[in-house]
Amino acid sequence: MNEAKIFGIAAEFETHEQLVRAAKNAYAHGFRKMDGYAPFPVDGLAEALGKKNRLPLFVLCGGVVSGLGGYFMEWFANVVSYPINIGGRPLHSWPAFIPITFELTVFGAALTAFVFSLGLSGLPKPYHPMFNLSEFERASQDRFFLCIEADDKRFEEESTRRFLESLAPLRIAEVPQ
Amino acid sequence: MNTNPSGAMHEYWRSLEERARTPEFERWLHAEFPAAAEEWVSEIHRRDFLRLMGASVALAGLGACTKQPLEKIAPYVKQPEQIVPGKPLHFATATTFVGYAQGIVVTSHEGRPTKIEGNPEHPASLGATTVWAQADVLDLYDPDRAQAITKAGQISTWDDFLPELNLALERQQQTGGSGLRILTQTITSPTLGRQLADFAKKFPNARWHQWDPMTRQNIHIATGSGEHIYNVAAASVIVSFNSDFLYLHPAALRYAREFASARQVRQVKGARMNRLYVAEPTPTITGASADHRIAVAARDIEMIAATLAQGLGLVEGIDPTLLADPIPKWIKAAARDLSANQGRSMVIAGETQPPAVHLLVQKINHHLGNIGRTILPGRQVVANPLDQTESVRALIRDMNNGAVDLLFIIGGNPVFDAPVDLAFATALGRAKLCVHHSLHTNETSLACHWHIPAAHFLESWSDALAFDGTPTIIQPLIDPLYAGVTAHELIEAVIRQPVRSAFEIVRESWRTAKPSLDFDFDWRRALNHGVVPQASEEAIAASIQTGQSRALNQSGLEILFRPDPNILDGRYANNSWLQEMPQPFTKICWDNAAIVSPQLAKQEALKTGDVVELEFRGKKIAAPVWIQPGQSENSVTLHFGNGRKEAGRVGRNVGFNAYELRTADALWFGEGLTLRKTGSKHEFATTQHHHAIEGRHMFRAGTLAQFSTDPNFASRMTEVPKRNETLYNPDEFKNAGYAWGMVIDLNACIGCNACTIACQAENNIPVVGKYQVSVGREMQWIRIDSYYNGSAEAPELNHQPVPCMHCEHAPCELVCPVGATVHDDEGLNLQVYNRCVGTRYCSNNCPYKVRRFNFFELNSKLSASEKLGKNPDVTVRSRGVMEKCTYCLQRINAARHVAELDHNRSIRDGEVMPACAQACPTEAIIFGDINNSNSRVSEFKRSPLNYGMLAELNTRPRTTYLAKLRNPNPELASL
Amino acid sequence: MSAGIIPPDEQVRTRLSPLGYPSNLLGPRVTYADVNESISSIVLCDRAPAQWWVGFAVAFALLMIFFLAVSWLLIRGIGIWGVNIPVAWGFAIVNFVWWIGIGHAGTFISAILLLMFQNWRTAINRLAEAMTLFAVACAGLMPLLHLGRPWVFFWLLPYPDTMGMWPQFRSPLVWDVFAVGTYFTVSILFWFLGLVPDLATIRDRARRVWQKKLYGFLALGWRNSADHWQRHQTAYLLLAGLATPLVLSVHSVVSLDFAVAQLPGWHSTIFPPYFVAGAIYSGFAMVLNIVIPVRKIYHLENLITERYLNNMANVMFATGLMVSYGYFIEAFMSWYSGDIFEQYMMTNRAFGPYGWIFWVLMLCNVLVPQTLWSRRIRCNPFPLFIVAFFVNVGMWIERFVIVVTSLHRDFIPSSWGSYAPTLWDWATLFGSVGLFLMLLFLFIRFLPMISISESRELVAEPAKANAL
Repeated sequence: MNEAKIFGIAAEFETHEQLVRAAKNAYAHGFRKMDGYAPFPVDGLAEALGKKNRLPLFVLCGGVVSGLGGYFMEWFANVVSYPINIGGRPLHSWPAFIPITFELTVFGAALTAFVFSLGLSGLPKPYHPMFNLSEFERASQDRFFLCIEADDKRFEEESTRRFLESLAPLRIAEVPQ
Repeated sequence: MNTNPSGAMHEYWRSLEERARTPEFERWLHAEFPAAAEEWVSEIHRRDFLRLMGASVALAGLGACTKQPLEKIAPYVKQPEQIVPGKPLHFATATTFVGYAQGIVVTSHEGRPTKIEGNPEHPASLGATTVWAQADVLDLYDPDRAQAITKAGQISTWDDFLPELNLALERQQQTGGSGLRILTQTITSPTLGRQLADFAKKFPNARWHQWDPMTRQNIHIATGSGEHIYNVAAASVIVSFNSDFLYLHPAALRYAREFASARQVRQVKGARMNRLYVAEPTPTITGASADHRIAVAARDIEMIAATLAQGLGLVEGIDPTLLADPIPKWIKAAARDLSANQGRSMVIAGETQPPAVHLLVQKINHHLGNIGRTILPGRQVVANPLDQTESVRALIRDMNNGAVDLLFIIGGNPVFDAPVDLAFATALGRAKLCVHHSLHTNETSLACHWHIPAAHFLESWSDALAFDGTPTIIQPLIDPLYAGVTAHELIEAVIRQPVRSAFEIVRESWRTAKPSLDFDFDWRRALNHGVVPQASEEAIAASIQTGQSRALNQSGLEILFRPDPNILDGRYANNSWLQEMPQPFTKICWDNAAIVSPQLAKQEALKTGDVVELEFRGKKIAAPVWIQPGQSENSVTLHFGNGRKEAGRVGRNVGFNAYELRTADALWFGEGLTLRKTGSKHEFATTQHHHAIEGRHMFRAGTLAQFSTDPNFASRMTEVPKRNETLYNPDEFKNAGYAWGMVIDLNACIGCNACTIACQAENNIPVVGKYQVSVGREMQWIRIDSYYNGSAEAPELNHQPVPCMHCEHAPCELVCPVGATVHDDEGLNLQVYNRCVGTRYCSNNCPYKVRRFNFFELNSKLSASEKLGKNPDVTVRSRGVMEKCTYCLQRINAARHVAELDHNRSIRDGEVMPACAQACPTEAIIFGDINNSNSRVSEFKRSPLNYGMLAELNTRPRTTYLAKLRNPNPELASL
Repeated sequence: MSAGIIPPDEQVRTRLSPLGYPSNLLGPRVTYADVNESISSIVLCDRAPAQWWVGFAVAFALLMIFFLAVSWLLIRGIGIWGVNIPVAWGFAIVNFVWWIGIGHAGTFISAILLLMFQNWRTAINRLAEAMTLFAVACAGLMPLLHLGRPWVFFWLLPYPDTMGMWPQFRSPLVWDVFAVGTYFTVSILFWFLGLVPDLATIRDRARRVWQKKLYGFLALGWRNSADHWQRHQTAYLLLAGLATPLVLSVHSVVSLDFAVAQLPGWHSTIFPPYFVAGAIYSGFAMVLNIVIPVRKIYHLENLITERYLNNMANVMFATGLMVSYGYFIEAFMSWYSGDIFEQYMMTNRAFGPYGWIFWVLMLCNVLVPQTLWSRRIRCNPFPLFIVAFFVNVGMWIERFVIVVTSLHRDFIPSSWGSYAPTLWDWATLFGSVGLFLMLLFLFIRFLPMISISESRELVAEPAKANAL
């Protein structure tokens, strides 16, 4: 009942090496619903937490679709929709259609990359329980946090807290819902 | 074809660049900014403003309804009953050049004359037109025309005028009109002649004087009365002593056509051409067409003619060594050529040469047996030909003696253009009452008590004779826009009252002149055809008198007076098309210059644009110098007509007034000019800055000899890619229907500018004014490029008309981002004005630079009357869009409609004629369907002389050129 | 109010690496807090330094001139400029190409150097990216203004219009629309994506409510979580990967505006590579011209160390040599082609009426940069600033030479003309500079001009930081 009251339990570390070690342990200990917080991208942290990343696939599709679409538009405009003699050049003068095809490929891919990178992370998201943590502001400066979330199936307040203490953090705090 | 400018010439040719570097130019450019960056109507003076308001009020209704004349006027071919809105009618009438008629056919849209073409049935036109005929329609709608009868500048009426007139006439009645004078210009109108005869009957002591600044009196004095008629086509050798018979001549259109036809080379075998020798002081259209042109002082021409006569054994005692080389060689060759072509040659002298030269020339022609073959005796065409200088001198004497009580000045502008030493203006002050009748309120009108606005010839009934005496009845196409009165009505008022309409007056004179059973039928037929059928009148036998020739050989500077090639003696000063027309050779617009030779320039350290002080006969003016290759060494040419103070918004203060130096004893040229550099600078606005061809092959020419040995010399000058040298399908857009194409025959083109103005009139092309021209924004769709070849002293002068080439692989179309310029399946390169966004990329990629851009809104300042003159079939372009030659698309479609209505037949060859081709006097522009192998254009394109300009760029131009051929005398290889 | 991390007296001379480069990217003894503080304080401080206000005032004045020039242009028409027939393109296009060129360094630095793991980009990439955006914005305006009918510029875009027409896809100008459009979009995305974590940092540092609200909103709720970082890094890398060919394509396409036309002096196959080199050349020059004063005013010597200057100077110099090579080959080919038009074009370019401009170009772009052979100049802010300035001027002149001297004398001598810029041409040029500076000053004031998170990374791994 009162488990529902909290979002999770967070441990605060001094260096990113500690954070990564802690993450590895937690994963080994069977925790899955957890996240690490660091002021800069820490190599191996995501892997340690067992995070998947399917962004590149989306981007590929985005690029291909808009590229082909671009070429189709040019072909359609010149051959089907409005065929007219321009400087004696053939209606379907493919070499002239390449630059736009290329530009549109890049355009589509870039747009997908941007939208999906934020979207998959659930951003924009003005509120999040982690912000309730008083020291959390330092996550964007010089502190490293590991938070095991309450809805992890192996989460059990006492044992989890004990487990985190075993990782020798600076501080441990409950993250209210 | 190539000149490789080097050394002095090198420096000489590049005029603009020099200027571009000088600080004056920079300052000038920026000083004028931004005010001068406006369109040509800069600030409007108070008087103009009032006048303008007057115009707009007077014309408020005009836009809606234009009145057709009450009298029945007869349309050309079609009947006026069948007026179909949107379907123009064509009426035959005539315009005049120095009084001589040139037949025209006027297009009228819903009663608005919009375009003037030549009348094929008229001997002086043969279907072609001069630039002035083309521009007449603009004069009709000129908002600056005199719009009301004025007394001392105050608006008055005809009814106020008559009583005052009658009062003065009554006094004259008693004295038989001893105090009564009439001053006219050169007149060929039989009706006016008849009226003036009646006038003389009624007032025996009155006198009729004439003054025309472009008087042809020298010829009339020599021949007695008439002018000879030349059969140029029949002459295989022509020698011209400063006669511009291809441009500034009442029969120029006919002679140009005949001249060109005699140079037409169809096939290689037995190709023949005439040969033209020209001796002249300053480059003319005729001189440029010569096979052998020598630049000589005007004063030496008499001597040269005499020497030629001596060479033919007609006179003795002339020492040819007095003449500087190469003149004697030229004379010798000409003499031999002439005597080898007896009866097949002609010698002609210009109206600027004294009677003695004309007599000599007659003598020579007579000796060569040309009379009756290439030269036919003419009729007396001018009513009462006389020595106009003496005539006006007499009038001025009388005025100064206070003997003139009542003076009528019919047309003209003597205060401005009479010989300066006679001081016309001061004398006019002594006349008790003077009445001026003219189209515009000009300098003379202001000096007269009364001014009667003249009706434009498109508004009036009248008649006139052509150079050969062929009469034309001038019929109006529109009622007078303003309170215009014809000369006939004014004279009528003097002779008898109540005044009848000009219609009745003209009709009467023809009823009496040609009594016939069915006068109405004859009358109608005459109107239909634009010519009155000729009863064979007795021709005045060419009086062959013998002139005494004296050998003159002065040194020192000579001054030449010539009519302005654009605005003539000033009568077209307020015509913006003509003011903006690039003058032949110099390409100056909106200006005139003191034209000097390169040699003189070098000696006096002059640069083009230097302002010099010219002193002649004690009178001084300041004029900017233009250095002109081909100008005779010691002659300075001044074009008179500009420098008007009272001409309207267009003509006021353009250029300088050369009349201020023109004296009675030196109407055309005179000795003793002194020239002093003032140190100040003047900016000319020119449309072409660079006249060297830089070893390129745009313009191609050869000799007849070269052609007969190697016909394909022209097409071989550059390597043109084969049609199938492409990755694509070369025939993707091949079309079975029409394929429009054009050929421009450089061998026929004389560079007269008719095409340029005809195009401007047909396609509603705006003018931009001097400043905009000077920064390279002129709008004409077809330009005449001129290239010099050879030395700066004796260059070949070449012309090349350049319209849009309608390339099959149009570079402009490829780069337009919005598809505003595209090809239609008949091969036209179209410009879609309402799609154009104005990137100007097409112009950058056009190797011919024939595209024109609307840098401003150029049509926003049109007055109500000017709008009436626009061609309703052509879009008026707005700001920010590109425009260019369309092959007169509107005419093609008009012909298409006619053909479709006529059992859906196909358009016949020659049925479509672009404005440029129709106006061309020499038929140098041939247009038609190149898919039809029998069409004239296909025939021309098959000629070995056919070549495409810059075709090496694989643009595949539809407009191609026939290389120019010259026919030099082998004896004169050097010249 | 100084935002400096370390008082000047404590500053230590920078060490030289074995290769002779000044080797450390960050000043000595810099901590996470120092980095955050030094950068975010510039944004969060209440009063901007006096120099900022001076610069801002100048920029604002120029911007007003720009508005004036544009208004008059729209009222009267393109005729107020010096353009004519044959020189139908003038300052507007010159400015366009110049600005686009300048807009290349940003992406080049961020994207290409990122892919090459050149960590020395860190301190300058953010500023360079911003500069890119603003330069491209200025560039984008020019072709619109130079239209005869600017109000229908959108006819160049493919959309179902009432005329049932399409853009003419064979025209390089349409390629431009797509290239520049794509480039602008991708640059913004790339820039903003990099900005998000820093906005979060600012949000966390901010004390005033409006600042918390503003930056909180912009940060999109970024939490520095491993999830975020992972996708952020992948997207960032992908964008870099995409931007790299893009940045090369953009100026190639721009160069095709000329190369596709058959005008002598434009119709040349060397244009794409030589334009790209030129773009990066001028881009780096502009970065230097901005970074050097900023570094001084905000005492960022410890973040933007001499090594950055040195490396940028090297890139600028290298591209400069490529450009010089381009000039040489252009001249050589026009002679070697044996084509009368090409040969005349080259002689006219060097000795014609506009010849003197050509020689000024040689001075600015070929001669002056030769001084960069010396390391003492490369590492010394002031002379480096001067050289960079010369390059910027030179690159503008290069475009003038290409556009105007090629157009004013093409195939047919009769239609040769000349070109003289009017007051309004100059107003438009300097006005656009005003627009650029205006945006730049606002950016410096309200956004972190150095990537905070990446700087933190360097603090975390000094080894990485000092690697070469």
